[in-house]
Amino acid sequence: MSAVTTPSTAGRSGAARLPGVIASGLSRIGYEVRGYFRSPDTVFFTFLFPLIMLGIFTAAFSSAGDISPGPGTAGVSVGAYYLPGMLAAGVLLSGVQNLAVDIAGEKGDGTLKRLGGTPLSPVSYFIGKLGQVFTTGVLQAGLLLLVAATVFGVELPTSGEAWLTFAWVFVLGTVASALLGIALSAVPRSARSATAVVVPIVLVLQFISGVYLQFSALPEWMQNLASLFPLKWMAQGMRAAFLPEDFAVMEQHGSWDLGWVALWLLVWLVIGLVASRLTFRWIRRDA
Amino acid sequence: MDQIQSPAVRVRGLRKAYGGVTAVDGIDLDIARGETFALLGPNGAGKSTTIEILEGYRRRSSGEVSVLGADPATGGRAWRSRLGIVLQSAPEAGLYTVREQLRQFAGYYPNPRDVDEVIAAVGLEQKAGTRISKLSGGQRRRVDVALGIVGRPQLLFLDEPTTGFDPEARREFWGLIERLKAEGTTILLTTHYLDEAAQLGDRAAVILGGRIVAEGAIAELGGPAARVPIVRWRDASGVRRERRTERPAELVAALAAEAGSVTADGRGGEPAELEVIRPSLEDVYLELVGAAEASAVSPTVATPEEARA
Repeated sequence: MSAVTTPSTAGRSGAARLPGVIASGLSRIGYEVRGYFRSPDTVFFTFLFPLIMLGIFTAAFSSAGDISPGPGTAGVSVGAYYLPGMLAAGVLLSGVQNLAVDIAGEKGDGTLKRLGGTPLSPVSYFIGKLGQVFTTGVLQAGLLLLVAATVFGVELPTSGEAWLTFAWVFVLGTVASALLGIALSAVPRSARSATAVVVPIVLVLQFISGVYLQFSALPEWMQNLASLFPLKWMAQGMRAAFLPEDFAVMEQHGSWDLGWVALWLLVWLVIGLVASRLTFRWIRRDA
Repeated sequence: MDQIQSPAVRVRGLRKAYGGVTAVDGIDLDIARGETFALLGPNGAGKSTTIEILEGYRRRSSGEVSVLGADPATGGRAWRSRLGIVLQSAPEAGLYTVREQLRQFAGYYPNPRDVDEVIAAVGLEQKAGTRISKLSGGQRRRVDVALGIVGRPQLLFLDEPTTGFDPEARREFWGLIERLKAEGTTILLTTHYLDEAAQLGDRAAVILGGRIVAEGAIAELGGPAARVPIVRWRDASGVRRERRTERPAELVAALAAEAGSVTADGRGGEPAELEVIRPSLEDVYLELVGAAEASAVSPTVATPEEARA
């Protein structure tokens, strides 16, 4: 049977019957998402972390009263104020932290080597990873919004414009973060050192980019430093979507600067694309 | 040119150097379609390097290599779909069940085997729904083998497949390999178990210091001289004796007569500790390796000219 149907050359007749690159990629999304939710570390430190932090901040600072952009203006609750930052942090964690640690692990334990010995295309592999980040990111944001609205009593925006802003900041931020995560996975020398390399980077960014600390309260040099990295722009875009209009005066230039948000996220997306393209090795070939 | 007629593996003058060290130093190899070929040699002899070049994981320094009619350095997805690779060390990741993992991998191939049949073939029916992380080392190794054959490969690489198996599991594994052979699968096997190589292999090569020092049918490996039976005994003065002879029965008869002549009753005597040994693959192998180590040329160090070449 197999001898009769065997392709007679390496390429010609075999190529037509290979499963499609897109189809294999789509089948990997479900597989990747399943793996994600079966990893307790990932579920806690990536998926639930922003939610836990939102809970802690709300519990810790609510007694200090609402946060308002200036004297005499209406404020929002602590939960409402921190929600956009936690959404942005979730995007960063789902992309950068999750994929950098995940792929470094797969490189270290031989998973990539084994896949490299199969006809799976690297493109399918990346479709699976991006699909995993996107799926888990959407679930994470949905859960954050749900808990914020129901448990912490945060009033969610009703205008279509606000949700549109949220949608494009989320999509752009997720793709950029995922690509940066793939690029960053090349840095750790071993799977074991991956968390040690990746977590501090992600943690520092969260502190200087207005996730845990009010961005407007940070010194200017720190704000400028944070402006070089994508998280600050994701958080700013999320604040634009979820905070009242008059909170814009608390931003660095007194406005939401959504054009700059889009531009910086695009720049980081391109950096991530180029860096991951340059550093990722499907099959490690020596000189 | 009809690639069907080409051998499964054809290697000419293969060399691989890392820096100044030559790991593979001019290997020629032919493996016919349907053949099971055992590549033997101590650790560091160049076995794994050779196999990884054939699998497309490493690039060669020089030489010609053709695997299923294609150059592994440029082999594409269609070429890979005709290979099965069981690596020496397999991933630890065990987030998926045996069946989930096999389903996923089966989906990468144009004409995969039935997943449940493969699970049954490696004897993991009872564990099909168990996560791989919960399996024993030997069971995980069987998953590795299952993943290697699920794509219905024409050429299967088995790199030390039964390390960690208990004797019974090894016998079962041999049965599986015999069935794959019967279906026409070409197999390239490396193993440290010479009984395994003798059981499964049609031909074998011994690689030492990056070179093939012996090659041939399993029963003829090492040449006729290496297969000459050995007679061992302890002589009347208590000295251990050993002699190689093509006619061991004649020697034994002579020894018996000699032993008899010194006994008081004159009956045919029993030479002490008498043995007749027909060298097994293991004996032949150990002799080859021992001879190489004894010779002046160290097997792992090449001369600078060779490393350059």
